[in-house]
Amino acid sequence: MSDAFLTNLTFYVLSFCVIAGGIFVVSSRNLFHSAVFLVFTLFSVAGIFVMQHAYFLAAIQVLIYVGAVAMLMIFGVMLTTQLTNVRLRHVNEQAWPAFAVCLFFLGFLVYGLWDTPFKISQAAAPAEVTRAIGTLLMTEYVLPFEVVSVLLLVALIGAVVIAKKE
Amino acid sequence: MLELRGLIDAIWGLISGLLSGLGFSPNLISLIGYAIIAAVLFGVVALIVLFLVWWERKVSAHMQDRLGPMRVGWHGVIQTIADALKLLQKEDITPKAIDFPIHFWAPVITFVAAFMVYVTVPFGKGLIVSDLSVGILYIIAITTFTVIGLLMAGWGSNNKYSLLGGFRSAAQVISYEVPLTLALLGVIMIAQTLSLGAIVTQQDTIFKWYVWRQPLGFAIFWIAATAECNRTPFDLPEADSELVAGFVTEYSGMKFAMFFLAEFVNMFTASVIAVTLFFGGWMSPFGPDFGPSWLWFLGKTLFFVFVLMWFRWTYPRLRVDQLMGFAWKVLLPLAFLNILLTGIGIYIFD
Repeated sequence: MSDAFLTNLTFYVLSFCVIAGGIFVVSSRNLFHSAVFLVFTLFSVAGIFVMQHAYFLAAIQVLIYVGAVAMLMIFGVMLTTQLTNVRLRHVNEQAWPAFAVCLFFLGFLVYGLWDTPFKISQAAAPAEVTRAIGTLLMTEYVLPFEVVSVLLLVALIGAVVIAKKE
Repeated sequence: MLELRGLIDAIWGLISGLLSGLGFSPNLISLIGYAIIAAVLFGVVALIVLFLVWWERKVSAHMQDRLGPMRVGWHGVIQTIADALKLLQKEDITPKAIDFPIHFWAPVITFVAAFMVYVTVPFGKGLIVSDLSVGILYIIAITTFTVIGLLMAGWGSNNKYSLLGGFRSAAQVISYEVPLTLALLGVIMIAQTLSLGAIVTQQDTIFKWYVWRQPLGFAIFWIAATAECNRTPFDLPEADSELVAGFVTEYSGMKFAMFFLAEFVNMFTASVIAVTLFFGGWMSPFGPDFGPSWLWFLGKTLFFVFVLMWFRWTYPRLRVDQLMGFAWKVLLPLAFLNILLTGIGIYIFD
């Protein structure tokens, strides 16, 4: 029960949850089940963030992805499908060529990523994560921050205009 | 002076000493420690909630000029346990047309998410399970997670009333989450930290309680929290004369008990956040060393739960469009105004 064993075990369990959740999202026959599995997947990703000591990011992942995005998807599913269980068909006649392309792409990705030396920072994580992120957002990354704000404003106005027309 | 932390440390010292004497590795002892802490936390919160159920019945009874449960134990104290035992033995009736996995997991998600909040709550001096550096953000994130449980309950029951009740509950909860979070932002701006333990330590004396500096923030938070808990005047989704019973229509036995208990846990969470962020948490009004801290904490939180119960029997119910309009057209602009004023205040006075 060494530290490395526990770390690896946690990582493998969380990764299994993420991947299994993702597979069930795309292969489930029931649309609502897919939405709930998406919630499961996103929550497991938050777990992986916690493992990397990115606590702020993990909390924001749950707050935004699970609490807003996935929930809006669930609302959308609930408002547009029939009440009785409808079984979906996820594949069409191009399934096998699509599968071949995916396999090729997977092979290419694995080949490219296997030997890439990813630069990992050796600096310690800041003690006050939120303060560090906030400072960076207001000093070094203020331009992307403002651009994203304008983008969100545009999306909000667009949503209001679209809803108003109907 | 009756501080619990010393007692807990002593007991854990005994247990871990025993376990390491038996040859368990340190990591395994830590894991066992976490399991014990989780069980103890669950037990404490569950006991408080059982007490709250009894208290709600007594408070509502006395406010209606009657007595409430009187027979089972002294003034009916054991009534909740009797009810819990009864619900445990009830047959779990599930209609044939439900979507079984969704119907099954909905109460689990709601119940677990309601309890997960207490990991970072300071119950007394040194009595936090884990003083997360992103404490209040974690609490807000987990409370948004309970909405998924509500929606699943509404959908899984395959029933018009449950679906509409689930929609209304979920719409109400997510609408009031926005002003609630923004109101808490005011306190975070002043406190300069997200950690609940640190926020409590900053409120040393009664003059340093954040409610004096954030009165508008507290008002917005309290109204939004009442709506989050689906309590009157915002309890249209679960009012008895509307939509049968809302999203819990098709739930019986222990699953219904889980929703019911989760609602009371949410009530307690709302008062805990109010007390911790605005009223000094476990600090006595005179400083950190004046009497047992957990007793002050319990006293303050139970007072605020009493205020929630008081609201229920005082105010009439708001209509659904009235409550949604109130959230988006009144509370949200006020919350933004609060943040603006707080920012200006910090700039001027610091």
